[in-house]
Amino acid sequence: MDQAVDVKITDMKERYRSGVLKYRQMGYWEPDYEPKDTDVLAVFRITPQDGVDPEEAAAAVAGESSTATWTVVWTDRLTDSEYYRAKAYQVLPVPGTQGQFFAYIAYDLDLFEEGSISNLTASIIGNVFGFKPLKALRLEDMRIPAHYLKTFQGPATGIVVERERLNCFGRPLLGATMKPKLGLSGRNYGRVVYEALKGGLDFTKDDENINSQPFMHWRDRYLYCMEGVNKAMAETGEIKGTYLNVTAATMEDMYERAEFAKRLGSVIIMIDLVIGYTAIQSMAKWARRNDMILHLHRAGHSTYTRQKNHGVSFRVIAKWMRMAGVDHIHAGTVVGKLEGDPAVISGIYDTCRENHTKQDLTRGLFFDQPWASLKKLMPVASGGIHAGQMHQLLTYLGEDVVLQFGGGTIGHPDGIQSGAIANRVALECMVKARNEGRDIWNEGPQILSEAAKWCRPLRAALDTWKDVTFNYASTDSVDYVPTPTASS
Amino acid sequence: MKITQGQFSFLPDLTPAEIKLQIEYALNNGWAVAIEYTADPHPRNSFWSMWGNPMFDLRDPAGVMMELDSCLAEHSDKYVKVMAFDSKKGWESVRMSFMVNRPAFEPGFELVRQEGPGRELIYTIRSHATSRAPVPEQAL
Repeated sequence: MDQAVDVKITDMKERYRSGVLKYRQMGYWEPDYEPKDTDVLAVFRITPQDGVDPEEAAAAVAGESSTATWTVVWTDRLTDSEYYRAKAYQVLPVPGTQGQFFAYIAYDLDLFEEGSISNLTASIIGNVFGFKPLKALRLEDMRIPAHYLKTFQGPATGIVVERERLNCFGRPLLGATMKPKLGLSGRNYGRVVYEALKGGLDFTKDDENINSQPFMHWRDRYLYCMEGVNKAMAETGEIKGTYLNVTAATMEDMYERAEFAKRLGSVIIMIDLVIGYTAIQSMAKWARRNDMILHLHRAGHSTYTRQKNHGVSFRVIAKWMRMAGVDHIHAGTVVGKLEGDPAVISGIYDTCRENHTKQDLTRGLFFDQPWASLKKLMPVASGGIHAGQMHQLLTYLGEDVVLQFGGGTIGHPDGIQSGAIANRVALECMVKARNEGRDIWNEGPQILSEAAKWCRPLRAALDTWKDVTFNYASTDSVDYVPTPTASS
Repeated sequence: MKITQGQFSFLPDLTPAEIKLQIEYALNNGWAVAIEYTADPHPRNSFWSMWGNPMFDLRDPAGVMMELDSCLAEHSDKYVKVMAFDSKKGWESVRMSFMVNRPAFEPGFELVRQEGPGRELIYTIRSHATSRAPVPEQAL
């Protein structure tokens, strides 16, 4: 008897005859399936090999990311395999791109261990990316049901409590990454921290690859940095912090460094994305227990987030990191030196900060995402930004963001304190103008040059970096077809 | 020393007209404006004296300005700040905070270093304002 290759086999004897079936025949393609409120949903961009039709490819992704293997196994019949199978329920062509499709897949909640990003990701991105019938695969977005979210801690501190602890409200926070990022001694490094904080920044930051190298071991760095932090606090009356990177080879090392940072009175520590999801969750729990803000540097993410046809979209990483429990995440600048399409970045910022993210295909948000009161995750804009862009940064990124000017502070012609003053004055005059109802998008350059009349460091910053822009086409933009409206 | 807490401490002092525009912004967002004052602006002094409760029912910026004027008349030698509280779900905290007055002389802080083992230091920031002998009826 010939089986139709494109439908699920319902005759159990046929279904479990030894051999190989199409994934659709096995039951991983269910076009009539209505996702439950409790389902985890995922949308993948699939690029099937030539000759593989998209529904079969979608079914294969559902199968390989849940219960399937390549051949029929009779042991499926020992369990309620219908229930545990992920279901591909919709396939749509990617607008304007030949050979690529959005595949929507629903996973039952019982497929996942509560509170574990590692378990979630072991299923969703575990095996399936190497699957031969696909040329390429990208996880575009996920909808995590509130039932599952509630099993996660969420950000250790959150935006609101961070602001309360720092006594800083109503404006973006200002930071700077210490430069050169490698090679300074602890004493020289602490000098840069002090100068930047004294000048007017709220935060300074270790870079992703500053751990404990021959030129500066971690204890030395922490001691000199905290001298700089406390001296600047006493001289300004403001709470200051420096992200002490605790990234290390083992959890034991990281805990040791974090405990030392706490003992020295630091308000914030830092980890890199490359430490892995389990280590991130461990540090988030440590941070919650110890009243510590936890900064995450997304080191390594571009290896899998940047190309549209491959990997995991950064909005998914942001979602996972809000669940995992970090307090800060680098999330793009739009105008700086690193990848960032305005619409995509806006979707990612909302994913970090909103109580409920609405579906909006124009910004890459494929699903409604309620956040079930998980705290808000502070996005960080870092990489090639300067004071002259303040009106653009405030317009694109809003108020709840850390703006990090590394080169834009330390590279100031009149010194680091002057660089910090320039940034702080630019920020304050722009927030003030916005609140006064001025059109900062258009009047921004004028507002800055008015302030530069009485603030010489700002004048020097504007003159130094006036022509610096990074206008390159984004590789990661949104693919969607605008819905025609009645008037169009 | 000049203490630089708040949203606008790096700008020239705000004029009454400029303060009023900021208050309008807060009220337009549905926030309640509050006025607080202190002689001790230690960075971790979270609880300055309140000039009455946050003005939940006062929606007119001119009314807030009158309250501010009365506060300044009584506390011209202290730090005074205007704040805005947002009661909406998911925030439920301060949205704005900026200084509108400071004493003519700002005493500042002393950084006290207590040496510990292994080069560790325990830092304490001490307000000069509170290290002086108490003065009768001086609100802190």
